[in-house]
Amino acid sequence: MNVRDLLGRNRAADLPRQELGITQLLLLLERGVARVLLYLIVAAGAIFFSIPFAWMLSTSVKPSYQIFVMPPVWIPEKFIWSNFVKPWSYLPWLTYYKNTCILVANGVIATLVSSSIVAYAFARLRFRGRAIMFLLVLSTMMLPMHVTLIPQYVLFARLKWVNTLKPLIIPFWFGSAFNIFLLRQFFMTIHPELDDAAKIDGCGILGIFWRIILPLAKPALAVVAIFEYTYQWNDFFGPLIYLNSPKLFTVSLGLQSMQTRTEIQVSHTMAMTVISIIPVLALFFLAQQRFIQGIVLTGIKG
Amino acid sequence: MRVDMDQAVAAPARVVRRLGGFKLSQRAREEILAYFCLSPWLIGFLVFVAGAMVYSFGLSFFESDMLTGSRFIGIENFRTLFFDDPLLLQSLKVTTLYSIGAVPLNTALALLVALMLNQRIRAQGVFRTMYYMPSVVSGVAVAILWSWMFNPDFGLINAGFSIIGIRGPRWTWSETWALPAFVIMSLWGVGGNMLLYLAGLQGIPTPLYEAARIDGANAFRCFLHITIPMMTPTIFFNLIMNFIGSFQIFTQSYIMTAGGPNNATLTMVLYLYRKGFQQFRFGYASAIAWVLFFIILVLTLMVIKSSQFWVYYEGELRK
Repeated sequence: MNVRDLLGRNRAADLPRQELGITQLLLLLERGVARVLLYLIVAAGAIFFSIPFAWMLSTSVKPSYQIFVMPPVWIPEKFIWSNFVKPWSYLPWLTYYKNTCILVANGVIATLVSSSIVAYAFARLRFRGRAIMFLLVLSTMMLPMHVTLIPQYVLFARLKWVNTLKPLIIPFWFGSAFNIFLLRQFFMTIHPELDDAAKIDGCGILGIFWRIILPLAKPALAVVAIFEYTYQWNDFFGPLIYLNSPKLFTVSLGLQSMQTRTEIQVSHTMAMTVISIIPVLALFFLAQQRFIQGIVLTGIKG
Repeated sequence: MRVDMDQAVAAPARVVRRLGGFKLSQRAREEILAYFCLSPWLIGFLVFVAGAMVYSFGLSFFESDMLTGSRFIGIENFRTLFFDDPLLLQSLKVTTLYSIGAVPLNTALALLVALMLNQRIRAQGVFRTMYYMPSVVSGVAVAILWSWMFNPDFGLINAGFSIIGIRGPRWTWSETWALPAFVIMSLWGVGGNMLLYLAGLQGIPTPLYEAARIDGANAFRCFLHITIPMMTPTIFFNLIMNFIGSFQIFTQSYIMTAGGPNNATLTMVLYLYRKGFQQFRFGYASAIAWVLFFIILVLTLMVIKSSQFWVYYEGELRK
């Protein structure tokens, strides 16, 4: 849709010479105006999308007397960096971050291990009931978690796991339907001739998985890891239900507890919110291509 | 590490090979190993999905809490839900309204942004990142940020309105405006969908456009007769996923409004949470979960059923 295309098209269509005169010029002008307009809209939209981030940053460094003012102040008189430090003293943030890190690390490792091996079976091995079982995987992808939530809670309560990290650690070792599906689709694209070659060289079924499939599926595994990382980092519902004592709280729960306590300054809450999103944003910037690949690969946002 | 893992991987294979002292056929060995590989999912499915669903379905016919045990009451929970519980109907209404507002708007905005970014423009990567970044952040952080944005007296939104001389509404403090606030907030996370549509747009073969232009079609007609039909499978899939997601909205109302004011943002999952995890009425909460599940199921089936009228699959023959 740009100018060059248009001209190229006209030449290709072999239009008579006189038509490349005034009409063409007007068309070019129209294109130019449209282009400027397009840039303006895209840039305005991008700024709109960034404003909340800027506002959050601005609030997080404000002195308390500049927070509740109208019209709002963007650049504070003084930068109060201590807003980022003080909350660590009245809430055990170190513990929150430690707990969150445990859950994130476990979630990523557990999902990678369990989902990849199950996906391998679906992608490569012949067994009875494969079609129906794969259908079950697909249908559980659509199942809202809330249907199975209460029985799971009852089960974990019986096992005396409530108010421990276990309900947020152990279930992830059973593979998740969505990741199984994603990995299986990717494994299917790896050429089976490679398997045969490995088999001739004496590789067994699990050897093929370990030596051929996994190394070749690194991009897909990275996508799964990234999704799981963001999911675990942002998860709120799970920790809210299973964790009661503050020493088990995650970052999400810590933020929420700040929000509910009215005596805590807005700037402190904002500062902690800023810190809490850094790990996710950092991963996004480090692995932007993978992130985008993940979205495109799966059709679902992380 | 590598050696250890190799041995760990080889061990079950060895066991299978020697199973029962006689040699198994290769086919049988493969099948046993397959079930070994499947076992995490199989166990998880039986316990956490199938078992849990059966249990949950049974539980919805009981008056049950953790302390006093349970009592069979037949369909009483469902009867109460539909005829004696104005709050459930309220939560149904709230969740439906939110979905009807958020999903189409998200789809439209995502498509629009994707179309614009699909033009050959400079700094495309930068723009894409700027639009996409908010959708990476989610959950509590977003809810906290936006409850500050929507603060009726000192928030940025109403500050913006006051510049053009409009007194903004009370947003999350107002029965009328709390839900629209959630919808607006959801638009901030449009990046995920946008990226998907962008991928879809880039997958449309350019010869289609070239052919249309030779036939004299202008940009608008190209959009109407090529872009839109070619995008329908992506839109279709996205609509389903978005509806499933939007019916499970929870964090926003829990953090920003606690379901208020006057239950104006009481979503179904929030209601389920209250019944199940604040009042510990598991039977009743299970019944709510099944209503939610049923709605999502029906909705998904409706979108799938309707797809034959508007979704175009390349390679499919016209009737």
